[in-house]
Amino acid sequence: MNFLRKVAAVAWKDLRAEWRTREVFSAMFVFALLIIIIFNFALELRAENARVLVPGILWVAFTFSGMLGLNRSFIQEKDRGSLEGLLLCPVDRSAIYLGKMLANSALMALVAVFILPVSFVLFNLSFGALPMIVVVTALGTVGFAGVGTLFSAMAVNTRAREVMLPLLLFPVAVPLIIAAVKLTAGIMDGLPAAELARWWQLLIGFDAIFFTLSFMTFDYVIEE
Amino acid sequence: MALRKDGWLWALGLLSFAGILVAGYLALVWAPPAEGFVGQAELAQRIFYFHVPAAWTGFLAFFVTFVASVAYLWKGGRKWDILAASSAEIGLVFTTMVVVTGPIWAKPTWGVWWTWSDPKLVTAAILWLIYFGYMMLRRMVEDDARRARFAAVLGIIGFADVPIVFGAARWWGQSVAHPIVVSGGGFDVAPRMLTVLMFSLAVFTLMYIVILTLRVRTEHLVDEVEALKTRE
Repeated sequence: MNFLRKVAAVAWKDLRAEWRTREVFSAMFVFALLIIIIFNFALELRAENARVLVPGILWVAFTFSGMLGLNRSFIQEKDRGSLEGLLLCPVDRSAIYLGKMLANSALMALVAVFILPVSFVLFNLSFGALPMIVVVTALGTVGFAGVGTLFSAMAVNTRAREVMLPLLLFPVAVPLIIAAVKLTAGIMDGLPAAELARWWQLLIGFDAIFFTLSFMTFDYVIEE
Repeated sequence: MALRKDGWLWALGLLSFAGILVAGYLALVWAPPAEGFVGQAELAQRIFYFHVPAAWTGFLAFFVTFVASVAYLWKGGRKWDILAASSAEIGLVFTTMVVVTGPIWAKPTWGVWWTWSDPKLVTAAILWLIYFGYMMLRRMVEDDARRARFAAVLGIIGFADVPIVFGAARWWGQSVAHPIVVSGGGFDVAPRMLTVLMFSLAVFTLMYIVILTLRVRTEHLVDEVEALKTRE
């Protein structure tokens, strides 16, 4: 089996296990929906200021619900005792990282696929901006899950478990969230592409740098 | 006995302590009032002589943590882990000083305690959060080897994040309100002010080295005690 097939096997295993129960996805989706509803009341969104706040609310919903998924990614393995089994597989640790990271990204992306149209309807936005926002969401998701998968593997081995992950991940993810919110807002407002170029650079740069670092250091985190 | 054995450390410690007192005098009395600052702002401006060295020392400390983290993952060895942890702890103290003195200066000068549009403020706050997480992570892992590995990974990722946070915050903020002391053409302050700043920087760096040495030594002593206990 070559490397990519091993990666796909790990990712497929995670997604199939999730498909059988759909527990994590349901929790993430409902949580994201709740965030949007709570913000709606907490900020008393009205037609004239909804547009200004929607990008921020969307990214709070994506990242906070993503946090739920990232936490479950390793806690489930640990609780079922299947992490040892996974580590005993004749695959590179980096294949495990990539597989897990792809599965986590896919789960976050799937939540976004449902949340985006719902929020566009709820906040009465024009659907013309949707395709580019999907691209931003995909890049943001990959970056968040990239470093999130690494931290999740660490958090599961701490005494506090799921409490630890947001404390580690959010400060590091600040540049990603800034870039994603700026891009989402810019696209909704129809800003020219030149004005958004630096935020694309930041988002893609963050993805590349932290994916590389996570990929390189994952071995040390999972070592038993 | 202890005094003779660690004579140099005592000397450096006393020197940095005296240096802080002198720096305090220089900053509050000897340094000329800064141009363009009046009333409370003129007094508050003198925080600059402690604020900037604290920021520098905090950053230096986190850089040392980063280097020690890389060395730990690369070569292994408990001494690297101890160095990384000790330096991060000290860095967190100095960064706390930065985020406390900053608003005290900002209120009389800018009229607000805090502004999100300034990249240095945002970076300092995020830096503080990252290394607070680092300290918490260390406390939450039972196994020594695992704690060292996790901390090293975070020591690397966290430090790599700093320039990116700064860049992001600089693009994000509309106005850069922070005073620019060092520009392309050199230092932008009166010579006497520069002397005080340089003195303060040297003293803070010295103090960092002394505290770091003591902290690292304490950790090694803890290890020794543990080893003696298990031999019983």
